Amino acid sequence: MSMPFGYASPEQIMRDKADYARKGIARGRSVVVLQYEDGILFVAPNPSRALHKISEIYDRIGFAAVGRYNEFEELRLGGIRYADINGYTYDRSDVTGRGLANLYASNLGRIFTESIKSLEVEVVVAEVGDTPDGDAIYRLTFDGSVFDEHGFAAMGGQAEAVAARLKERYRESMALGEALGVALAALTEPGGERPPVGQLEVAVLDRNREHRKFLRLTGGRLERLLGRSAEQEGAPEKPSAEQPSAEQPSAEQPSAEQPSAEQPKEQASPTPPPTGPDTPPPTGPDGDVDDGSSPL
Amino acid sequence: MASHRDLPAGLVNQLFQNTGSSSFTEFVGSYAPELLPHRETVLATPISDQVPHATTIIAATFAGGVVMAGDRRATSGNVISQRDVEKVYRADDYSCMGIAGTASTGIEMARLYRVELEHYEKLEGRTMSVAGKANRLATMIRGNLGMAMQGLVVVPLFAAYDPDKGEGRIFSYDVAGGPYERERFDAIGSGSIFARGSLKKLYREGASADDMTMTLIQALYDAADDDSATGGPDVTRKIWPIVSVVDADGYRRLTDEQVSGYVERMLEARLISPDGPIAPLR
Repeated sequence: MSMPFGYASPEQIMRDKADYARKGIARGRSVVVLQYEDGILFVAPNPSRALHKISEIYDRIGFAAVGRYNEFEELRLGGIRYADINGYTYDRSDVTGRGLANLYASNLGRIFTESIKSLEVEVVVAEVGDTPDGDAIYRLTFDGSVFDEHGFAAMGGQAEAVAARLKERYRESMALGEALGVALAALTEPGGERPPVGQLEVAVLDRNREHRKFLRLTGGRLERLLGRSAEQEGAPEKPSAEQPSAEQPSAEQPSAEQPSAEQPKEQASPTPPPTGPDTPPPTGPDGDVDDGSSPL
Repeated sequence: MASHRDLPAGLVNQLFQNTGSSSFTEFVGSYAPELLPHRETVLATPISDQVPHATTIIAATFAGGVVMAGDRRATSGNVISQRDVEKVYRADDYSCMGIAGTASTGIEMARLYRVELEHYEKLEGRTMSVAGKANRLATMIRGNLGMAMQGLVVVPLFAAYDPDKGEGRIFSYDVAGGPYERERFDAIGSGSIFARGSLKKLYREGASADDMTMTLIQALYDAADDDSATGGPDVTRKIWPIVSVVDADGYRRLTDEQVSGYVERMLEARLISPDGPIAPLR
């Protein structure tokens, strides 16, 4: 069968676009978003002081992204405009994370199908409620799919491995210091070094705050929290009392290699995240190895 | 306006394109101009006496901050239209504004102004300078000039803590705009003449936030004493003036219990000397 020159089937085009986007996203570093007792915690290794990966969208809504900075910055600005105009048209309480996630999904999906190049971004929209039940974490991928995550989400870089480490350590209603420790342990490769304080971007949506719930944690406050989480790691873990003693997840344990070790912990999140740790990435991240030099 | 997700698909893109500067007002002006508090139609006759008017707002600086207070009365001509209206608004974490004049326009303006400051902060990743905030408010007042000429006058008073200088600053406006930065204290609204006279005698340099709050409560009472459109503290209904303090810790509105403490002390003293504290002659 003769093929006209330059012909590519729609399947092939879509697959190529998806591969291209996945490679771009996997090149950067991971970002972790998880619930803690007072709200939602965002942690991103980010050497840049100026280019934020984590941002405030509205009173209760935060935003985290990985991938190309200029592309997700555009999404961030559009999201803020959406939120502000809706809050101004109706009432501040009428701006929801779900609405924003849907807006992003439709835009990402449209760009994925219509443009030659899809956006090389992955985004989390998180909303903090009055109670932990009201919290929501939506993860959006470059093709406009929305995942309603329960408890935690990881994206970018070695997202699968990070998500697996995160799933292993995550418990419901952790204190802030503990949650930060869990996030850093998930972001650190087994045997690797933790990113220094100066290269961390950390923010929370704290349901106990007035007006705007979003708060960046920097400087002394972050260092104190990190110190506290390091103490908890160093000392024989306090939460171990309520765990079956068979397998202790410790910081040294190479967890990504044994994702099947499903411990019968009651803290394990009730619903597993859509990204099962068992399934390998659809396309291996065969871009540059993440050596930490990328500002993304 | 319907939620813009109901608009044809192409229009959604305006959220991402041709968005101009970091100003929310400018963005609304191009995206949904009908939302702005400007009225296209020209009124046949001025209606100033038929809509509620907000009255006296005062502000004064103290060591390391600024405090703003407003009475609770709204009037339509000779009628008291509301006894517990709120006229002092939080603009952002380090500033507040009070409004005098047409209540409805003022409330809309305060709401838009709050979004304006927050929008800039989120887009730019930094807080606007105090002078920048004062200028933005001036632009909004200027936009209302046409309506002001027909009786829908609104004049704000703006107070902010300047983290660069470590002190409170006060800006006032007229119907055409402004801003005019004021040293020490200022007042707007129908009772402002009396409040300013009172403040002139009671203001002390470098006073504490506590003392300055008491000073403002005294000045508001003096204004209510002589101006029929300014409400005094309503002891029977337990309606107290609104008092907001802005300093290095940010904006905080005093609770009703805190304000009632100041008011009761002031009323007690006025039972003995009805005209309030007497300033020394020399």
